[in-house]
Parts: sequence; structure tokens; C-alpha cells
Amino acid sequence: MREEKKQLRIALRNCGFIDPEKIEEYIARDGYQALATCLTGRTPEEVIRSIKDSGLRGRGGGGFPTGLKWELTRKSEPDKKYVVCNADEGDPGAFMDRSILEGDPHSVIEAMAICGYCIGSDEGLVYIRAEYPLAIKRLKKAIDQAREAGLLGKDIFGTGFVFDINLRYGAGAFVCGEETALIHSMEGLRGEPTFKPPFPSVSGYMGKPTNVNNVETFANVPVIINKGAEWFSKTGTEKSKGTKVFALAGKINNVGLIEVPMGTTLREVIYEIGGGIKNNKAFKAVQTGGPSGGCLTKDFLDTPIDYENLIAAGSMMGSGGMIVMDEDDCMVSIAKFYLEFTLEESCGKCTPCRIGNKRLHEILDKITKGEGTLDDIKRLKELSAVIKDTSLCGLGQSSPNPVLSTIANFEDEYLAHVKEKKCPAGQCKDLLQYVIEEDKCTGCTLCFRNCPVGAITGEKRLPHFIDQALCIKCGVCYEKCKFDAIKLV
Amino acid sequence: MDTVNLTIDKKQGVVKKGITILEAAKGMGIKIPTLCHMKLDDLNIENRPGGCRVCVVEVEGRRNLAPACCTEVQEGMVIHSHTIRVINARRTVVELMISDHPYDCLVCAKSGECELQHMAQELGIREIRYQGEKSTYREDTSPAIIRDVDKCIMCRRCEMMCNEVQTVGVLSAVNRGFNSVVAPAFEMNLDHSVCTYCGQCVAVCPTGALTEVDETVDVIRALSDPEKTVLVQTAPAVRAALGEAFGMEPGTLVTGKLVSALRRLNFDYVFDTDFAADLTIMEEGTELLGRLNRFLEGDRTVKMPILTSCCPAWVKFFEHQFPDMKDIPSTARSPQQMFGSVAKTWFADKLGIKREDMVVVSIMPCVAKKYERGRDEFKVNGNPDVDHVLTTRELAKLIKLSNIQFHQLPDDDFDQPLGESTGAGVMFGTTGGVIEAAVRTAYELHTGKELPRLDFDELRGMEGIRKATIGFNGIPIHIGIAHGLGNARKMLEDIRAGKSEFHAIEIMSCPGGCIGGGGQPYHHGNADILRKRQQAIYREDKNKTLRKSHENPYIKQLYEEFLGEPMSEKAHQLLHTEYFDRKK
Repeated sequence: MREEKKQLRIALRNCGFIDPEKIEEYIARDGYQALATCLTGRTPEEVIRSIKDSGLRGRGGGGFPTGLKWELTRKSEPDKKYVVCNADEGDPGAFMDRSILEGDPHSVIEAMAICGYCIGSDEGLVYIRAEYPLAIKRLKKAIDQAREAGLLGKDIFGTGFVFDINLRYGAGAFVCGEETALIHSMEGLRGEPTFKPPFPSVSGYMGKPTNVNNVETFANVPVIINKGAEWFSKTGTEKSKGTKVFALAGKINNVGLIEVPMGTTLREVIYEIGGGIKNNKAFKAVQTGGPSGGCLTKDFLDTPIDYENLIAAGSMMGSGGMIVMDEDDCMVSIAKFYLEFTLEESCGKCTPCRIGNKRLHEILDKITKGEGTLDDIKRLKELSAVIKDTSLCGLGQSSPNPVLSTIANFEDEYLAHVKEKKCPAGQCKDLLQYVIEEDKCTGCTLCFRNCPVGAITGEKRLPHFIDQALCIKCGVCYEKCKFDAIKLV
Repeated sequence: MDTVNLTIDKKQGVVKKGITILEAAKGMGIKIPTLCHMKLDDLNIENRPGGCRVCVVEVEGRRNLAPACCTEVQEGMVIHSHTIRVINARRTVVELMISDHPYDCLVCAKSGECELQHMAQELGIREIRYQGEKSTYREDTSPAIIRDVDKCIMCRRCEMMCNEVQTVGVLSAVNRGFNSVVAPAFEMNLDHSVCTYCGQCVAVCPTGALTEVDETVDVIRALSDPEKTVLVQTAPAVRAALGEAFGMEPGTLVTGKLVSALRRLNFDYVFDTDFAADLTIMEEGTELLGRLNRFLEGDRTVKMPILTSCCPAWVKFFEHQFPDMKDIPSTARSPQQMFGSVAKTWFADKLGIKREDMVVVSIMPCVAKKYERGRDEFKVNGNPDVDHVLTTRELAKLIKLSNIQFHQLPDDDFDQPLGESTGAGVMFGTTGGVIEAAVRTAYELHTGKELPRLDFDELRGMEGIRKATIGFNGIPIHIGIAHGLGNARKMLEDIRAGKSEFHAIEIMSCPGGCIGGGGQPYHHGNADILRKRQQAIYREDKNKTLRKSHENPYIKQLYEEFLGEPMSEKAHQLLHTEYFDRKK
């Protein structure tokens, strides 16, 4: 993204500036300096202290304090422990982690080694989706280079510290981003979550204590060591420090990856960095937090982005997907779209997620077809509340968020679908009617000749008529008419 | 003992640290409803996926509801098990399950025993607010088990039994989201898999998704055919469980009523599989002694240990999983098949009828017996030695169907000659029983001396793997017992690795042995029922005048008149079998 204004690159500091396939270029930009500092001059406790002081929180969505997670895993007894990097990025339209792995793989390798040093682990695993071939290729190359340079393997920096990294491939199941499901998948089992506790920090991969962090979280670690916790914590809000990478998408002029300090407002992101809404249309909503997030209206444009504020607004940080919608987007359809994703990606283990989301989707589908009732809106709310309250993992617990946030913020759109059988955004095909305005129609017969189903009748030079029972709403007549006589109602 | 203080429904309690809210509540007299959860105490069998979400409770200070079955108690926890939020959630979850479930309760095989139906009743659900598409799958009928997984609620109990307890690995969750279901790999049919038909999936299924193949109509048809002479044999474990189907206390022995009922059902001869169990001991015991003597004389070509072979699921298990070791188990047929074979030869000759005019029906605690009777090696010119197998449950249905008041039945005795049995025969119904029966006979045949005692407590119990050493004239004989195929697998792996010290091992597929068979009245997760059935079996043994198989007078007659001696050529032909390599 060209627009650098308001942005601050920490996680993406090297992306685009170095050749990711050359370790020398990473080293030239202070690469592996942090690992050296830790191994030669600091105790694991001191390093964990720094990470805790920095205020770094999990960038995968949960926002759990990273230093605390490391500390918990360090305190677990067994001899064998694992460091796992969660690179199972799966939000629709999001590619933060992929960009880091493709553009700066060494930053993740270095951070995993630092984590290994802190928790007392000699083995790191990157769980990466097989659909990321370039990221896999670069990561593999980077691991080889690091091994060759003695930065992975035995006796790193002559300190006796042993650490190596291997890859595990995921088959592209969204739920495997949930850490217990991810661990099951790595073990060769069905990728489904289990109840926590026990947390992976106590019993994870192969029953051993395992520290799972997301790619972007790791990418922040070397900088914190090099520049200090204090430097890092100067950026951000009271409880959310540092920056966050977002994948900006939707009806916005500048799409792509951005990295902004925590506390930046949605308005700054959308209008200053994103360059405003496409085609000068009106802003309607912004969806954050991926399929589990919520849609925020213009009332929240001046909300500073951080973990707490987004949750308070009815959405969430998530891993960084940010989709902007304009006046042409139907919010019922948007909710339906996200539920389709959840339905596809639910593992099927717990009842509310497996069947509840299906029922939510069916009700939404009914509403978009004009068959909904006021009772259906009530049911959507009631069922959503139970799904959130009873689902086993984060996927189910957050899956109704798009439904609840669209009802909360755009109830009038739901009511229009249900009561007037109209889609205000003109997106729900079943609720549209193409009609011919008699006074504009010249009777040229162009629409009559192009209608694929023979739904249009009329005499030459007399106003024509569309039989709604036959019309399939393909829109051909609308496009062909030279006199603007066909309108959508 | 570390404890924690907590409050459940305003009741304060001190409970053991590390237990779950569900266990704590149970100890405090509060019953939190569960559906997917199942625990068989002392058998180390627990299903706790935390998937159904029926047992959710409110924990103060927690954002969402907590599943009681998985949530560990914490100091100072304040729990509410029936607030409006909890009741609403619980009901909604069960409504959702029902919304994806066929509404054919009235004609479902599981009606009345269905835990989902029971849950809907308990929660007072009268309306399903969420209607929609139902997930549907192909019905799969195998020789023993029917999978109607439209009724699967993903409790995963069957999967746990199949994988963790039995280590067979046929059933697991497939597909994702709404289409998730428990099935064999690639949703193949059971009979294309390595399924042993042990039926433990059927025993634990809360709904009608897994049931046995129903043969009651075939039996009714045979009974009403005047051309046929219909014999029935009843397995030892049936008498210790059938009463439960009529509301009797678990562990009630109903042998006499069982015979009465079968007679009223119009069977021409009511016989006992226990007779064939005594016969099995004669054959298997002789085989064991033969192998043992050669082994003790230093013959290292002889295969040791000898394994029992009465259990059809166990036989199919090693044919699939350990075909390289198929010459280790005894070649003796199971009691069911020995009975069929003797009935359609010796007894048919006595009656002067052709085997085709004789119908042999078995009453079994087992669903695998339905498969076993159909094996080709147990047929003569296409006519099977055993024609039909009914489970204990099917027999109970047949009795009810025939207007028989089971409670009021007088006690009756089995017919002769195939109805006489010893206490040794009846012990076949429980884990440890076959080997105890074998010891009683083998000891006396080997030493020529009378056993100083008959009860071998060291062979009894419920531990998955048990071992004991019994002196035969000063020679220590090492005996092993395994029940549950996972335990059997451990035994076999030890043998393969040359680490097994045993001379003889008894193996039964079902936890608890046949008393816990897949065809028994449903235990609904109550392991106490299995223990009581086991005690009943030992009581029956104790009450018998004859308690050693070789003392059965009709067994002696059978050898004198027909077979000659154990392991004779005729015995080989009629009472022994061979095994096949089923590893594809």
C-alpha cells in the first residue's frame, strides 16, 4: 500500500525492503540480533519480563498476553516442550500472516527460537496451510539458511542452546486456527477443538506443554527485544500496545495490507489510509474480526481500534480482516454470507455450532427470500444468544456475531425484508421487481425481444408489461432499454 | 486429600480437587442431565467429548455457560444448574438435535430406550421452534449391525468404544459441520471394514442410530411352521440379564422363567448353550493339555500360549489384525456353533429327522453371534448349523409380543440331553469364566487328582487384564485374562514380541465378557449393572450340583455314543474350525 500516512511498520518492518530469500539482508537490518542478546546476555525470566512489560497480546484474535502465555508454559514441568507457530490463516480476504512469511520469514524463525529459549523448548513447529506454497518455500529456505548459519540447530551462538524448526501442513480447515484443534491436526487426528483446560501450555502437542502463537505475534518479538519493551509500549492504547496489521478490503479505494498503531480510529483507516469509499458512495458499515466479528456502523467511525473497544462495540479484533461496505450492501445478505462461511468451516463436534448455525442460516435465507416473519427475527436473536453461550470453541461462540451486530445496527433493514418484503439495498433478488414505466416506454420491443423467458408482452409502439410470475429477474431488459423505462422496485 | 469448597444451587459442599462439576454435583445429590457423557466406573471407560452441551451450567464470574462434564471444580466456585438461562440453553440444544432427527419415534427400534427421547421428556419439550433441513445418509445393513445414522447425534460414544476400548478403529467422525456423522472411513459399509461386530457401539448408542439386525420375525415364522422341529439354545449370560427387560433388579437370575417362556413360545426343545460350553471345555481343555505337555517336555515347535476362541468378535479381530498369529488360538468352535453342529447331527439322528427339517435358534447376549452363524465353515450343503440368533433384547420383545407375563411364569427345567450343564458351563458368561472352567477340568485330567477348591478368586474381577499362576502338580501354569479388544491387542503384541509368559489366555471382546455383550439390555452407562450380572453368574455356578464340565453325564454320553473322545477325528470335523487371513 502506497499510503504510508498514519501507518507504523513493526510486524511488517522488513516486508518489501529485503529479499526474503537472503538471510544476509535480514541480518543487515538487525536480524538475529535479538536472539543473540537473549542467549548471551539475558535469562529466560528477563526476556519473558520484557515481553510482559511490552504489553504484546496475541495477534491471532484472542488478545491473550503473550508474555503471560510464555511464562505459563515455562512453569510447566515436563522436559519436552514445543513452540508452535500458528500460520493457519483462514479469514476470508485476510493475508497478514502470509505476507509476513513470504516477506520476512526470518523474523518468525528468530522469534520462535527466542520463545524456545524462554519456555525451555528445543523444537518448534510451524502449522501452515498447504495453500500457501510460496510462504512454505520461503520458510523452508529460511530455515535451511538459519541452520547453515548456526542460528538453528545445536549450540546456537556457542551457548549450548539447542533449537530447530519443522513444518506441519494444514489442509485448510478454518477451525484448525483454534489452538486445540490445530494441535489435534498436527497429531494426525481430526481437526476439532477440545475443552480447555487443560490449556496447551500444560498439555498440548503429544501431551507436552506447548506454546502456540500466531505469525504476527512472533514477528513483533525481535523488535521488542532490540528496541525495548518501553519503546514498544509507547505505541497504542492503555491495554493494547504496539500496532496491528489489517487486510483492508471491500468497497474502498485503497485495498491491501496496512499496519497502524493501536488506537487509530476506524475513520482514519477508512478515509485517510483507505482513501474513502469507492465511487463516492455512502459508507454503510465496516466488518472487523473475520467471520466471527461484527459489522460496525458510522457511529463507531471514531472508535479507537483496540481489543477492548471493538468487543465493546459488538465486534472483535480477530486476526485482522477488515471489510468495508457501502450503501449497496444488504446487511441481511452480509450476515448470511458470513454464516455460510461458518457453516462450511464448523467441525461439527458440538450441537449448537453444528445444527444451530444451520438453522440461523436457514432463517436468514428465508428472510432474504421475503418469506421471513417478525417471529423469525426474534428467533434469530434467541438462537444466536444460545449458540454464543453454549458452543465449545471460539468459532461457535462468535459465529452469531455477524447476525447479532447486523440486527443491532440495521434492524430497519431486517424489518423492511420482513414487513414490506423489500431489500433496501436492492441486493436480494427474490425481493426485486422489474417494472416498466408506461410514460417512458416507447414500445420499441427491444425488451420483449431480449427477455429469455417471454415474461414481457405488449404491442408495438404501446407500453409493454412484465409478468412478475414469469420474470426470473435476470436484468436483461433493464440493461437493454434505451429509454430508462425499466426500473427496479 | 486436597479439597475445594463450592456452592451448587445454594448448597455448599466440600469436594475432591480435580473432579468435574458433574461429579461434584452427583456427590451432593444434584443430578445434572447429560447426553454424550458416559462413564463405566472401574472399567476405565469414559466418553467425555463435551460435545452435546446438554450439561451446561452457570458458573458465577464466567462469560459463557460451562459444560459440567468437562469443567474442573475450582475453589469458591458458585454454580447454578437450573437458572432460566441454563434451562433455556439446555432446551434449545435438545430442540436443535431433534430438529435434525427423524420423527419416527413410534416405530423406532430404540423407542422407550432412547436417551434423546428421554431427555426431551425430562426437559418438557413440546415444540421444536427451529425447523429445517435434516441431514440424511444411506442406511447400512451388515450381517449383525444396522447403521441408521440419520439418527446419529454425534455423541461419539461408539467412536470411543470402537477406537479407544476396542482399538478396532472402524468408526470415526467424518465430514464437517452439519454433515458431520460417525461412520467408517469414506462412509463405506460396515461389512467392507474390519468391524468385528462386537456390538459395543450398539451397546452405548443413545439413539436408534446403531441397532442389531432383528430376526424375531424369522423365528416366529419358523415356530409356526409345522414341518420344522425348532430347537432353542440360550447362552449363559442371558439368564443373568433378561429380567432387567421386565423391570427386575439387575443381577436377578431368571433361568427357570427363561425356560418356561421359551416353552410357551412353542419351541420343541429348550436346550442350553451351557451344555455346549461344557463340550468346549472338553475339547479346548484337551487341546490345551496336549500343547502344554509337549511344551513342558521341551518341544519348542508347539505354539504357546493357547488362546480361547469362543468369542466371534475376537476371532474376527485377530483374523484382520493379527493374521500371522492365527495358529495360536484354540481351534475349538464356540459353544454356539458346537451346539448347532451336535444338534444337527447326533440329536437329529436321534429324532430321525433331516438337518434341513431342524431349525436351531440361539438366544445370545451378543450381536457378533449373528455374523458367526453365517460363516461358510459352519454350513453343511448351505444349511447352517445355527439358523437364527436372537439377542437378549430381541427375546424380551418376542416374549412381550406373545402375551407372556414373564413375572408370573413358574420355573421350568431344560430338556435333555442338550440342556444339562455344569457350573463350569455357566461361567462362560463372564470374563474369567472360560479359563476358570478350563482350569477345573484341565487340572483334574492332568493330575488325576480332585481339585482341592473350585473357586479361583484370583481369576475373577473386572480389571481389563488379569493374571494368575496355578500349580498343576507343582508346575506353575501362568494364566492371563483380557476383556475388551484393546486389552486383547496388548496381549497379542506381547506374544508377537516374545514377551508373553502365559500358557493360556482367555479373551472376550466385550468389557465384562458376555454379560456386557452388545445384545444385552442396555446398561445406559451404569457399570453396577455389569457387576451384578457377574455376581449372578457366579451364584448360578455355586448353586449347581455339578461344577466341572467333565462330570456332565450327557457330555460323557455324547462321547461314548458319538464322538469317541475329545480331539477325535469326528470331534475335529464337528467341533473344531480354521481361521482365515482377512488382512487385505
